[in-house]
Formats: sequence, structure tokens, C-alpha cells
Amino acid sequence: MSLAAYVNGIGVLGPGLNGWPDAAAVLCERRIYGSSATVLPPPTMLPAAERRRTGRVVKLALGVALEATAAAGADVTQLPSVFSSSGSDGYICHELCEALAQPVREVSPTRFSNSVHNAPAGYWSIATGAMTEANVLCAFDASFAAGLLDAMAQVTADRRAVLLVAYDTEYPPPLHAKRPIPDAFGIALVLSPALAPQSLARLEVTLTEEAFDTMRQSQLEALRASIPAARGLPLLELLAKEGAGRTIIEYLGPARVAVQVEPCH
Amino acid sequence: MTRHVLEHFTATSCIGAGTAATLASLVQQRSGLERCAFETVKIDTHIGEVPGVDAQRLPHELRRFDCRNNRLAELALQQDGFLETVREAAGRCGARRVGVFIGTSTSGVMQTELAYRDRDAISGALPSAFQYSTTHNSFSVADYVRQRCGLQGPAVALSSACASSAKAFGSARRMLDAGLIDAAVVGGADSLCLTTLYGFHSLQLTSPAPCRPFDVARDGISIGEAAAFVLLRRAPENLDRDAVLLLGIGESSDAHHMSAPHPEGAGARRAMQAALAAAALDPSDIDYINLHGTGTPSNDRSESQAVTSVFGATTPCSSTKGATGHTLGAAGALEAVISALSIRHGLMPGGLNTSQIDPALTASYIRENRHAPLTRVLSNSFGFGGTNCSLIFGSAG
Repeated sequence: MSLAAYVNGIGVLGPGLNGWPDAAAVLCERRIYGSSATVLPPPTMLPAAERRRTGRVVKLALGVALEATAAAGADVTQLPSVFSSSGSDGYICHELCEALAQPVREVSPTRFSNSVHNAPAGYWSIATGAMTEANVLCAFDASFAAGLLDAMAQVTADRRAVLLVAYDTEYPPPLHAKRPIPDAFGIALVLSPALAPQSLARLEVTLTEEAFDTMRQSQLEALRASIPAARGLPLLELLAKEGAGRTIIEYLGPARVAVQVEPCH
Repeated sequence: MTRHVLEHFTATSCIGAGTAATLASLVQQRSGLERCAFETVKIDTHIGEVPGVDAQRLPHELRRFDCRNNRLAELALQQDGFLETVREAAGRCGARRVGVFIGTSTSGVMQTELAYRDRDAISGALPSAFQYSTTHNSFSVADYVRQRCGLQGPAVALSSACASSAKAFGSARRMLDAGLIDAAVVGGADSLCLTTLYGFHSLQLTSPAPCRPFDVARDGISIGEAAAFVLLRRAPENLDRDAVLLLGIGESSDAHHMSAPHPEGAGARRAMQAALAAAALDPSDIDYINLHGTGTPSNDRSESQAVTSVFGATTPCSSTKGATGHTLGAAGALEAVISALSIRHGLMPGGLNTSQIDPALTASYIRENRHAPLTRVLSNSFGFGGTNCSLIFGSAG
């Protein structure tokens, strides 16, 4: 049984990867990769009051979601979404746990409401006015593949376009030592059941137990292996090369996700 | 949408471990809320604590998952023969064809809260025994359920605050319909922790008294904990008359505010309408509504407006949170099981603790149990981030 969808738009942000055209240039080796700290765009789509409250995880998710939906020419108010991340806002989690370890426990109400795993999805709907549903997932290191499966199942079962946003940010110390995510990384894909002029490729997704693919360039492989959302890099590489191919993405233990890619042009 | 059958279900909350105890409490209108004496918490509030969670042990080979949330999940899995039924299903359709979809808002974050009290005085490091991935991480509980049940299919944690485990039904339904799996363990587990107790208190959303949904003097929530699970499958042609079906799911976003509901309940209305459309039902087909009904002034006002705008002012509705407390990420699954029990036993559970219904709330809130055949029940779950989910369950007979 396979799940199928067209990719109509892509967004990427990560260390040394500033948007899809930039990342695509690296992935098809038109540009040498140089790792540098991820640059997160300010969430200008949010009202000023909300913008002040947003941390790195919201900026990251909104940044890649905006790039992908703009590229797809999608009406974001009609687009359901899947947000998948291995963790919530690590800085807020740290501040809350620090406050709760004090003799007098003073918790910031704003921090608490922004601590929920679905904060980026909430801010996305506030920013875009989209009243469509957002599904918010976590599968630890398998979060990219889990998000891809969920989004592909939506496209396949309900025959409608979906925005997938997979993203992870780092924890500050001391949690960083227990969960050493080095920096922010996010991938967004607009997936659609129907071929459109802007469609880049057709994806067909199945479960498998074959060995998963790694990245040939060692710095990109380090990225893939250290940030859950970057587990999607082998798929991005296939999309950047604009050819047909198949890649196997890490998922849960022996279970892997195979993606067959057919270009649309 | 395709019809799905609840092949088996179980729930554990402060009103009982397993469905028999849960039903008995509902029939007797017994609340499980008590004055908060949890851990070192000093908040003047009531909570719905599940007895026996601290004493619960995990199987030795899964001890790395040990935390309050997974102990609660384990306690719940042991009720009603649920674990055995899932293993039988895995034997029948193959462990790779059974998915796991578990909603949680805070998972095992309490392990991290405790670890922060025990940091190295010089380096600030967390204790070496603290394990993040198998406790704190949201996926921990889904991973635990998957491994405990011996499953090898897709698995995911859904974390959309207080709508988490209602939305778990949505993910499972789509994956069943897409043909990737043949059965799904759908559920939720959320346990008491300091983050939610102090967090909701900081927002002035916890009531000092046991919560009073829809009361004119309602003043906040009572936080509870629960784990509830359903084994969901595509419905076969021939069903037992007492089978309970999942008929429709509707989801939406408020696009309004992170922690306050839309004042007129626009997102909630949209979710209920979407659930009716998915089930191909009219509002008049719904016999009873299990409300989100948290007991905060704004939530109940917004939900009442939304319910009235879709159903009018006559469909009986109530919140069971006066009995169970607000079990946050587990509320959707717990109330799905309560809805299934309502259908199977013809019981509309009256809302507890409410002495005077707010005249401004026009929905038909019931305070006494009603016994009548129920064909279809709608259950609402809403959460921070403006996330909404409505589920419709029905009898096969």
C-alpha cells in the first residue's frame, strides 16, 4: 500500500542553509556547503503583540511554512497542516523547570501558554487566519518520517492538499547535554493530490525495512544525524537534483520510509 | 467518511480504573476530585489524582520508560484485558499493521522537573540517571505503548494541548483509510505534574473548589490525570448490535489567540459542523453532547454559544469534568470512552458540582443522570493554540 502526493512548494532553514534555492544549490553540489548558525527570519506575519512572545521554534516553523506555501502559490487559509517536531520550545521548558525548582514557584503565564507543543501551529493559524485543522506530532528522532506519513495519509485518504512542517530547535544547558540538538532545522512541503503547474515532483511513500540513506557530504550527514527534521535531507537531495530516484528515510527502529520521486518537468 | 468500530476500549481516571468502575461512578454521580495534596504542590485547588500510580511498576525490560505518565499508561493498559486484546489483534493482522496514536500534553515532563531540583551544585548538570528520551519527550508514551503491546507499525504522539487525544482519532482514521494499517491503538495519557498545576494557576484558570462547569459562579478548572485507549478498526459489514462506531471527526483552528477561546466559539462551531458533515448527519441526529466544559468562565461561554448555534438549545449536554477533572491531553480519549459507555448503557451523565446553571449559557446543560437509548453522541475537545476537535460516536444497532 502506497501513499502518493505532488510536491508543490518547499521551504528549508538550517545551519548554512537559507531557504530552498540556497539549500538546493548545496544539495546538487552547485555550491560548497559551509556550516554556519541557522538564521531565523523575524515572524513579520504575526501581529506585533504576538511577535514579541515568539521564540526560535515559532520563527523557524513559520519561516519554512511561509516559504513553502508562497512557492506553491497556496491559499493558506484553506490549507490544513501537519506540524511535526521532536520537542517543544526548549528555552521555555528550561525556564519553567528552573522556576519550578525554586522554593517559591513563580511561573510566567505567557511562558506557560507558549510551552505547548502546538504553539507554532497556533501562531501559524493566528498569522494566516487559517481556521483549517493543524495536526501536531512528535515521534522523537523519527519526527520527520512520522510527519511525512501523516501528511501523505491525509492527501491520500481525503484527496486534499496539506502543508507539512517538520522542525526542531535546540535545548539550552543543562538539558542540552541530555538532548544535544546543535541548532535549528526545518523543512516544509506543500503536498497535493493533483498535478499543478507549480508541481515539482510526485512522491510515492511506502514502509520498508531496507537500510536508510545517509548524506555523502560529511557535514550534511552530521546535520542529518543530529537534528530529527534533517532526517529529511536525503529526500531534499533527490528533489534538488530534479531527477527520478528512490530514497529510504530513517523512521522507527527497523521500520523505514521509502520515497519514490518522479520529477514533473 | 468510512465507519470505524471501537473494537475494545478502556479508561483509567480518578473516578475509576477500567470501564466498570468508571461506569459505576458515572451512574452514582461520584466525583473523584479532592483537595490538592500532590507532591510538593502548594496551590489551593482540587485535583483528580489516580490512586496507585506511584506504586505501579513497569515491566523490567521497559524500565527505562519509568515515569509517572508511563506508570499511568501501564495501569490503564492492564484494565479490561486491553493489552491482551491488542496483542490478539496484532497476532491476527500482523504487528506491522497495527498503528499507535497517543495524545499527551506533558508526557513525562515531571522527570525533568524533578531532575532540575537535583542539579550538580557546580556544573549545573542534570543527574546522570535522568533519561530524557524515554520519559520527558512527548513520544515516550506512544513508544511505551507500542513496545508494551509488541507492535511494529507506525507510531506517533499527538500533542495539541487539551485536544491531543481527540485528534489522535483523526490521525488513526486517515492512516486506516489510506490503507497503511489495519488496526490502531488510539488513546491519551496525561499525568499530574508541576508544569500544568503551576502553569494553569499562573493564568488564574484553576478553581479553588471542585470545578463547576456551566455554573453561574464557575471559576476555573480542576486538573486531573487519565489514560484511556481504544482499539480502532475499519468497521466490517456485520457488527454486533452493541458495537460502538466512530462516525465522524471534525477539526479546526480558532486563528484567534494562544490561550483564550474565540469569544463566539467560531472554531468550535466549525469543528462540530465538520464532524456532522463527515458523519453525514444532521444536528438533530445527535442525542447527547459530552462537552469540553472545563469550568472556566470564557471556555464555557464560548462553547455554549457554539453548541447552540449548531444544535439549538434543546440537545442535552453536560461536562464530565466535574467528576474526572480536566485530564488535559487525555481528555479527548477519556471522554471518547465515556461517550462509548453512554451509548452502550443508555446513560447521559449529569454534570457534577454545578448548583446553579448560568442563565447566560443557552445550551441545554443537564445536572442529573438521564437514562434513555442513545444512538449518537458528540464529544468536544478544545485546547490552547486555538485547536478544536469534535468526535461523533454511534451505536451499530
